[in-house]
Order: sequence, then structure tokens, then C-alpha cells
Amino acid sequence: MDSKVQGAVSPERAAYLRSRERRRRRVRAWQWGLLVFLVALWELLAWLGVIDSFILSQPSRIWRTWASLLESGELWLHLWVTVYETLAGFLLGAVLGVGLAILLWWSSFVAKVSEPYLVVLNSLPKIALGPVIIILVGAGTEAIVFMALAISLIVTVLEMLGGFRRTDPDAIRMAKTFGATKGQIFCKIVLPSNVGTLFGSLKINIGLSLVGVIAGEFLVSKAGLGYLIVYGGQVFKLDLVMASVIILSAVAALMYQGVVFLQRLVMGHQL
Amino acid sequence: MNLLEIQEITERYQAENGEIFALDHISFSMKEGEFLSIVGPSGCGKSTLLSIIAGLVSPSSGRILLGGREVVGIDPRIGYMLQKDNLLEWRTIWKNAILGLELRRRLDRESLARTQELLKSYGLWEFREKYPSQLSGGMRQRAALIRTLATSPEVLLLDEAFSALDYQTRLAVTDDVYQILRRENITTLMVTHDIPESISMGDRVLILTGRPARVKELLPIDLGPDRTPLSCRDDPRFSRYFNHIWKELKEDG
Repeated sequence: MDSKVQGAVSPERAAYLRSRERRRRRVRAWQWGLLVFLVALWELLAWLGVIDSFILSQPSRIWRTWASLLESGELWLHLWVTVYETLAGFLLGAVLGVGLAILLWWSSFVAKVSEPYLVVLNSLPKIALGPVIIILVGAGTEAIVFMALAISLIVTVLEMLGGFRRTDPDAIRMAKTFGATKGQIFCKIVLPSNVGTLFGSLKINIGLSLVGVIAGEFLVSKAGLGYLIVYGGQVFKLDLVMASVIILSAVAALMYQGVVFLQRLVMGHQL
Repeated sequence: MNLLEIQEITERYQAENGEIFALDHISFSMKEGEFLSIVGPSGCGKSTLLSIIAGLVSPSSGRILLGGREVVGIDPRIGYMLQKDNLLEWRTIWKNAILGLELRRRLDRESLARTQELLKSYGLWEFREKYPSQLSGGMRQRAALIRTLATSPEVLLLDEAFSALDYQTRLAVTDDVYQILRRENITTLMVTHDIPESISMGDRVLILTGRPARVKELLPIDLGPDRTPLSCRDDPRFSRYFNHIWKELKEDG
């Protein structure tokens, strides 16, 4: 039954809705206000010399750095390289991760055998594999994408496999009473039951892929936000480091919102 | 002639903590169009018996004949309804109703027309584009029943099919399903732990003993030809049947 009541609204209901809306606006105002306050405080303390703007930078200097990056066209280059590498690692991780999870769901024997390997690989800090990856695939974009993949893959496998296994056993039993094959059970029951799990895992993955890309760019790169950060640190241009970090957080937030948007598109009425 | 013959079904299986002797030479038969209820002490293996007839579990020994032919594995002539309606939330009512046909790869024009007919007869046609969450508990159960009936089974197995519903909905749904099954002349075998339910719907009640389950008694129920599950509860014979079954089950603790 539809619980949303449309049309005529009682005065109590209207008052309730109004107060909820007021509260929502107040939260928003405080969120923005706090940001403005912190930025202003940072600028002021740097201006007064309380904090050393050479080390901690300063909003106005960050602004000037952005302007010059934008002017030279470098900003778009570095931004694009990082976004491209992240998306490549993310998509590869999602496809391979879901594929492996399907294999492990299909064969409980393979799943049992690979269990200790998954546990070890999952807890291993993948960045430690950096040198091996570089030697294996070369010191270029491939190594960075590979790093992003290494970080997001095992998590995807474990998340998806967990979701597949938590599929309502009664729904599977119901399908079996109609003589469903294993393939049918997967396609018609298990996979559609786990669209939510998939998006949950994608949301984690987009962040993890970005971690992998930045780590990769720290190790080997000629471009990208990670490269800018390392370069800025090496030549003591901390304005550049800060400017890049802030762009990076915006990129991370936008990519996450992209996944959320995709989920709304796909799951629509189920949310 | 009997439509369904259950012959000497015995089931022993291995579990983590030893062997379980669930069913001991269970035999009975059913005529076409008959409604048979099965009751027994909890944990006696009545659901195992239904799983065996549905072909989900194979028995240690014994056999099942349907229309003279032996049933092996999952047989398209047998429909099975579980405790929950198990409607898939991401499918519309229409898509849910044809799921059984889809899984059996029988999406032919005739079967689709039959499903459409069933939805129309039982008041779900105008809800065909709705999702299960938009329907009441009783309507969901109806949709689940249609999903099974769409595959034109000769025998329907109901495994505690109503026990997940609240009491009021349950009485209404029981009545509803009973009428549908009578109208479609479906031979039905129902497992339940609810004694009044077993009497109100059954032409006969099969009483099982505690584990390992054996047939204790096959009790014919005579509550007049025009009874409905709701109206027959007022019949004086109803409480006599109830007391009789209650006593039989209590002896087995």
C-alpha cells in the first residue's frame, strides 16, 4: 500500500513539514558557514603569522596556484590523467571482481580452496607490491592502473561473494521447485538480489581505486594529481601540494556521487 | 483410480551430529481433486516428506507414482508452495506470475493466456504492473499461488503456506486459496502444524507419529459438500475432529 498521502494536508501536518524543512536548511547553513569560517580563519592566522604559510600554505596562495595551473592548461592534464587511471582501475576491478565472485559462488570447492589465499591477499597492504608491479608491467600508466586494480579487486570479490551467499535461501528453493538450473538461479534470483550489494561495493571501490592511483602516481608517473603532490613536496612548493589535495578531494566526492547517481538510475523504485 | 501413490517412503540422512531417521515406510494415496492435510508433532519430518514428493530430496527407499508413472526428481506435474510467498521484489506482479513458466522454459502463447486468465479471475489483473511491496499480504499470497497454477500442475504441495501471515489475513487467505483450488480442481497435499486449518480445508487428515514419522491415522473429514474453511468452523463436528486429532498428537508428545 502506498503510504504517501497526497492532496489535502492537515495544519498539524503542514507545520510538521515546515519545521522539518527549517531544520534541513539550518543544517545546510551551518555546513557552509563552518567551511567559510575555517577558510577565513586559516587565511587570517597565516596573515598574522601565527601559522607558517610556507609549510601549511594559505587559501589565497592556493587560489593563485589554481589560477596559474589553469592558465598553463596543466590542471586539466593532471586531472584527466588521474580520473582516467582511476576509472580504468575501477572498471577493471568491478568486472574482474564480480567475475571471480561468480566463479567462487558457482563452485564451493574452488571457494573453499581459495579461502586462505583470499584472506591473506585481503589483509596484505597492496602498496607493498609496488616494485613487483613496476617490474612486471613497466613503469607507466599500466603500473598505476594495476595498483588501483590490486587494491580494489579482492574487496570486490569478498563483498560480492558475501552478497551472493546471503541471497534468501527460500527464494532459491522456490526457483528450484520450478526445476531451475544453476544458471537460471544465478541470473534470475541471485544476481538481481545483489544489485544493492554491487552498488555498495562500487561505492567502496571508487575510493579504493583512487587510493591505488595516487599511490601508483607517487611511485611512477609523469602526470596526475599524485605526481603534482609528490613534485610539490620535493621542491617545497606546498601551495601546489595543498591545491592538488583539495582538487583530489573534490574529484573523489564527484566520482562517489557519480556512483550514487548511477544507482538511482538503475534501482529507481527499489530505493 | 488414484492420482498420486506414495509407496513405502523411508528417509534416513546424515547430519553433522549423526544419522537422522526421518520417515519410516510412509504410504498413502490420493484421488484426483482431493485435499489432504498432513499434521504431526513438530520436527516429525512432515516437511521432509513434502520435499521428497516435490523432488527436492530423494528418499532412501520407496517410490512415488503420479498417474501411474514414477516421479523422479523435480516433476513439472507437481507444484510446490512454500511458507513465504517469495515474490521477487524487483519484478512486477505479471513478471512474478510468469516466473515459473520462465524457469521451466514454457513461455508459450497458451501458458501466457492461462496466466492472464488466472490473474483476471482472481482480481490481480489491474495490479499486474505493480510491485509486490505495493500489495497486501493476502494479495501477495494469491500472486504466489497463481505463479504455481500458471504451470498447470496436477498436484499442488502446500508447505505451511499460510503460517507467515497474521491470524486475520490467514483466515481470509485460507478461504480464498481453498475456493481457487476447488474451482481449478487441483489435487492438494498440505502440511500444517495448525489443527483447525488441517480440518477446515482437508477432505482427509493424515496424522503422523513423532520421529521417525509413521502413518498413525488417515481421518476422513465430513463437514458437508458445500463447506468453506471459514463456515465449517461453526459445525459441531469440527470440534470433535479437533479433539480427536489433538489427542492423537499428544500421545506422541
